Amino acid sequence: MLARQGLRSSLRTWAAARPVLARGFAAEVENHQEAVVPEKFKEDWKKIAPNYDLPHFPSSYMAARPAVSSTMPTKLTVNFVLPHAFEMQAKEVDMVIVPATSGQMGVLPGHVPTIAELKPGLMSVHEGSDVKQYFVSSGFAFVHANSVADIIAIEAVPLDRLDPEEVRKGVQEYAQKVTNAKDDLERAEAQIGLEVHSALQAALGVSA
Amino acid sequence: MAAPGSALASSSRRALRRFLDTASAPWGALTAPLQRQGAGVADVLTPVGARAASNQIVRARMKSVNNIKKITMAMKMVAASKLRTMQVKAENSRGMWQPFTALLGDAPSIKAEKKLIVVLSSDKGLCGGINSTSVKYTRTLFKLHKLEGEGKEVKMVLIGDKGKGQLQREYNKTFSQFFTETQKEGINFTQCAMISDEIVKNNKYDVLHMVFNKFESAVSFLPTVATIFSTDMFTTEEGLKVCKMDDYEMEGDDSQSDVMMNLAEFQMAAVLYNGMLENATSEMGARMSAMDNSTRNAGDVLARLTLSYNRSRQSAITTELIEIISGAAALEG
Repeated sequence: MLARQGLRSSLRTWAAARPVLARGFAAEVENHQEAVVPEKFKEDWKKIAPNYDLPHFPSSYMAARPAVSSTMPTKLTVNFVLPHAFEMQAKEVDMVIVPATSGQMGVLPGHVPTIAELKPGLMSVHEGSDVKQYFVSSGFAFVHANSVADIIAIEAVPLDRLDPEEVRKGVQEYAQKVTNAKDDLERAEAQIGLEVHSALQAALGVSA
Repeated sequence: MAAPGSALASSSRRALRRFLDTASAPWGALTAPLQRQGAGVADVLTPVGARAASNQIVRARMKSVNNIKKITMAMKMVAASKLRTMQVKAENSRGMWQPFTALLGDAPSIKAEKKLIVVLSSDKGLCGGINSTSVKYTRTLFKLHKLEGEGKEVKMVLIGDKGKGQLQREYNKTFSQFFTETQKEGINFTQCAMISDEIVKNNKYDVLHMVFNKFESAVSFLPTVATIFSTDMFTTEEGLKVCKMDDYEMEGDDSQSDVMMNLAEFQMAAVLYNGMLENATSEMGARMSAMDNSTRNAGDVLARLTLSYNRSRQSAITTELIEIISGAAALEG
């Protein structure tokens, strides 16, 4: 019994010491709201498995998104997520420029709802006079009607962390690989590497 | 010397008679102290040293229970330390699937012909009930889909040995693919992208359900069912009601169907990555509490065994003393 108490108290202190995520659109809700499940699903479930509780659904783990406002919104809310971090959570900004496959796309508050696929390139977030620049590998950008922009990227680095020397070397290396490629797979891989490094160089060239 | 000697002799004679009266068999006297304890010790009857033999058995049991206790305590500490790192990773990955659910909605009961159920489970055992929970919900989902009518097809993709082991007896014919040893080098996005690529390439389905245990706290794991549509589903009437893709403009050089295909595959990889991390964290938490329970139970068993061992050892010593004293008194008297 003493051991059980010890475990529980250690769990409590340890749980309290965990960093609490800021509450926002991209974060978790404390009390899980009921997912929108049709009555028929619940009935069928009860018929088959009366002893099991209904499973949980991911929509109940999310905070509710803001409703579409009737007036023109003044700020754009940006959620910028990576597999290993929440880079930006419900940040109110003035403008975001994302590297869509058709070129740099600027997103302002009240933008038309859009789904854009991203290619490797420079992404900048403007808030007043403050500009944050990231180099993103590919991903997706969703702009919703309620002036919320979700940017999902697989990798993103702030520009100041990139080394121009390494980038130049990479461009030369991959250019050589493209010319020396023996089969389609190698050529495709070398071309992807060349594209990413050229984009890196362009991004650094623009800001440097 | 006569008075004390005779008093001692009479009392010891009374003790001897008591022993002789307890049982008819000549060895009954020897087993009587053991029976009175009722400690569940093995009554091994040998002509000489009956008590010594059963005590050795108890000692051997105590040693093995102590070893078990040490092993389970070590496993608990390893699980606790791994839990810390995995929990941080899992929480940081929760941002990935939320934009997709915000865009495409979450409709677990959508009507579809072909369903694919991806079951996430662990490779190693001794992790409490989380694998059984996943399997329970998978079975119910399977029956739910079959309830909708004849000709509804359900296939399963298994990730993890334990889920496969539990499901293969009943649902062997529905197995499509099986992935194992996913945690050998840690769970990262590249690996999940490759796994989801394999799943999407080799299976024809309309709707995919992913069953996993979401980590809420070290003692609470929520069984979750995530629903992911295939590219075709986006354009059907049912799908449009949920995901409202018509409201959105597609930006980009590629055609709309290419963009939607990339979207579906990216969603699959993101949800799978988060699901695998959550399941792995739940596995660590469940293993921690299971091993903690084992350690406590082993400690309880050890305490009981120690008590009974000491009791039988002391009564053996007492019996020896009484025999010696009564023997000596009989010689004198």
